[in-house]
Amino acid sequence: MQLPATIGPLDMSPAATATLAHVDNANFRPNLDISMAKSLFEKVWESHTVRKLANGQTQLLIGTHLIHEVTSPQAFGMLRDLKLKVLMPHRTFATVDHIVPTDQFAEPYADPLAQAMMDALRKNCAEFGVTFFDRASGKQGVVHIVGPEQGITQPGTTIACGDSHTSTHGAFGAIAFGIGTTQIRDVLATQTMAIGPLKVRRINVNGKLRPGVYAKDVILHIIRTLGVNGGTGYAYEYGGEVFDRMTMEERMTVCNMSIEGGARVGYVNPDETTFAYLKDRPYSPKGAAWDAAVAGWKAVASDPGCHYDNVVDFRAEDIPPTVTWGINPAQAIAVGENIPDPAKATSVDEKASIEEALAYMKFKANAPIKGTKIDVAFLGSCTNGRLSDFQEVAKYIKGKRVAPGVKALAVPGSQIVALQCAKLGIDQVFRDAGFEWREAGCSMCLAMNPDKLVGDQISASSSNRNFKGRQGSPTGRTLLMSPLMVAAAAIAGSVADAREVFAVAK
Amino acid sequence: MALAKITQVSGRGVPVLGNDIDTDRIIPARFMKCVSFDGLGEFVFFDVRKNADGSPKEHPLNEARYQGASILISGANFGCGSSREHAPQAIQKYGFRAIIAENYAEIFFGNSTTLGIPCVSASREDIQKLVAAVQSNPQTEIVVDVAAKEVRFAGQKIPVTIRDSARDALINGRWDAIGELLEGIPVVKTFTAKLPYLSA
Repeated sequence: MQLPATIGPLDMSPAATATLAHVDNANFRPNLDISMAKSLFEKVWESHTVRKLANGQTQLLIGTHLIHEVTSPQAFGMLRDLKLKVLMPHRTFATVDHIVPTDQFAEPYADPLAQAMMDALRKNCAEFGVTFFDRASGKQGVVHIVGPEQGITQPGTTIACGDSHTSTHGAFGAIAFGIGTTQIRDVLATQTMAIGPLKVRRINVNGKLRPGVYAKDVILHIIRTLGVNGGTGYAYEYGGEVFDRMTMEERMTVCNMSIEGGARVGYVNPDETTFAYLKDRPYSPKGAAWDAAVAGWKAVASDPGCHYDNVVDFRAEDIPPTVTWGINPAQAIAVGENIPDPAKATSVDEKASIEEALAYMKFKANAPIKGTKIDVAFLGSCTNGRLSDFQEVAKYIKGKRVAPGVKALAVPGSQIVALQCAKLGIDQVFRDAGFEWREAGCSMCLAMNPDKLVGDQISASSSNRNFKGRQGSPTGRTLLMSPLMVAAAAIAGSVADAREVFAVAK
Repeated sequence: MALAKITQVSGRGVPVLGNDIDTDRIIPARFMKCVSFDGLGEFVFFDVRKNADGSPKEHPLNEARYQGASILISGANFGCGSSREHAPQAIQKYGFRAIIAENYAEIFFGNSTTLGIPCVSASREDIQKLVAAVQSNPQTEIVVDVAAKEVRFAGQKIPVTIRDSARDALINGRWDAIGELLEGIPVVKTFTAKLPYLSA
């Protein structure tokens, strides 16, 4: 299906969204543009192409491999079965995030399955010579927070990790793929994987975001407009004035959720903001190597006039504080809007998906989302678990209290984020406001650890997925939103407009 | 180890209908607390198949008439969400050998192909024809012909699509790329000179 060349800011009707809904996987066509101007994606693809494989795919070099405890143990098992070694152990980095409890760290963990995964990772890293950012290192955390924090994530590189939110690393102008376990085996054994090229869609957001509107709102708005599978077959290149002004942490929030729009890869071209972030990080190049690296990074950015397979434009001023009401991240509305009515759906699919979501969420069509009572507020995850997320919220919650009956969790994404927050007294601000301040991990984003919803609880969550059962209870309900909106919901006890709760000038 | 050439798969089908069926639904995260894929089959679609007390919910996989089905039939954007290979592993270990859907999420499609599970795409209208045939006679024998890019059942034939590289890999028995990738290692080693970050 051919997408329109551009989608204007007003073209957000369900009909427009519906036309974007289906991209055939079979219809992959690499762009064979012969002009000199190239996109970052093309440049990185070319510089990492090892060779063509018999089936037409590319053997692509993966320069940086990040692993964690959930998806890697079986891959190491496969290596052992095949009597293979890790080809570049110095380019493989491990941490533990999904299964770690965030309130107690003494091992053995209460959950023997979690302990078994921890033990397996520790053993595999030792046996195969892989650097492991264990808790004892002080550098443990959510894998997509640790990589950038350590300066491992760099522009112009290829990165793979057995986790779909690997797209996060694209914020640095890296091409970063979420992969399955068999591919983890491939990357461990050969530092390459078999993959076909992607098309590139440029997404421009120009103008200025309104006060109280954050990177999270930008990506939720993009997904709402383009659909959960609008990006299938594409890499998303994000640009425009809003991205130029964003911090690295904001860019990471947007790139993180590219996969929620179906795009396996999302990236922002590297610029001075990127270089400033990377300067003096532990794994960043030093001295003369730094200058050479920066020159290379500048050159890898997309050239002016390069070809994009598709371009979509948004106006920053049109982006509202956004909340999901349904069971996928595209089922989102402005905080002031009402929940959709299946009777007004413009397609059979849309009607069915609204009905399915309403039934699961136990919500009524046409009811306002604002005022929906919440049981849990979760601030954290690879989407919004970085220092600036906690800093921003801390500015507003001083002197306020979490509403009675609401369980509010603040979970720093890494030990380093936790340490930074402690130095700035941010942890205490959260505690004073009635949040439980936890230690680093994935926590309630996906419920592979003790942090879980119970029954049909509703969670206001800064994480990335609102799928059925995602937060650990098969009937639990998730409303995705920005960190400040999570804080507003925690304090109001129900979904609220953060701009009203915290008197942010609109 | 020579891989099977998967030119066609035949068996009975079961419709698990709906769009955007995500990998959390295919295999809830709590079943990923494991260090092997063994035994995942019994947990496929667990939370939509079973109540909290373990009793069965209304779900096609729980219906007697669909027991033994080996071809999964679904809607658009099947397998969206997480990159967990546990999803296609659970599908395969349950006994499915092929999937027919409108289209697939990218990572799921790749993971499935690597396991030798053909994921073919058909139009909605054709899937409806197939579903009608299967619902009226669950014993309907379905042939997913990867080589010919068609699905045959009950005297009918529908065209399907599958990405060329995946079709080639399946029908030529090279869907697990590790052998070929290992052959490329001498070339991989030359990249250390070209890409400084590899030496860091």
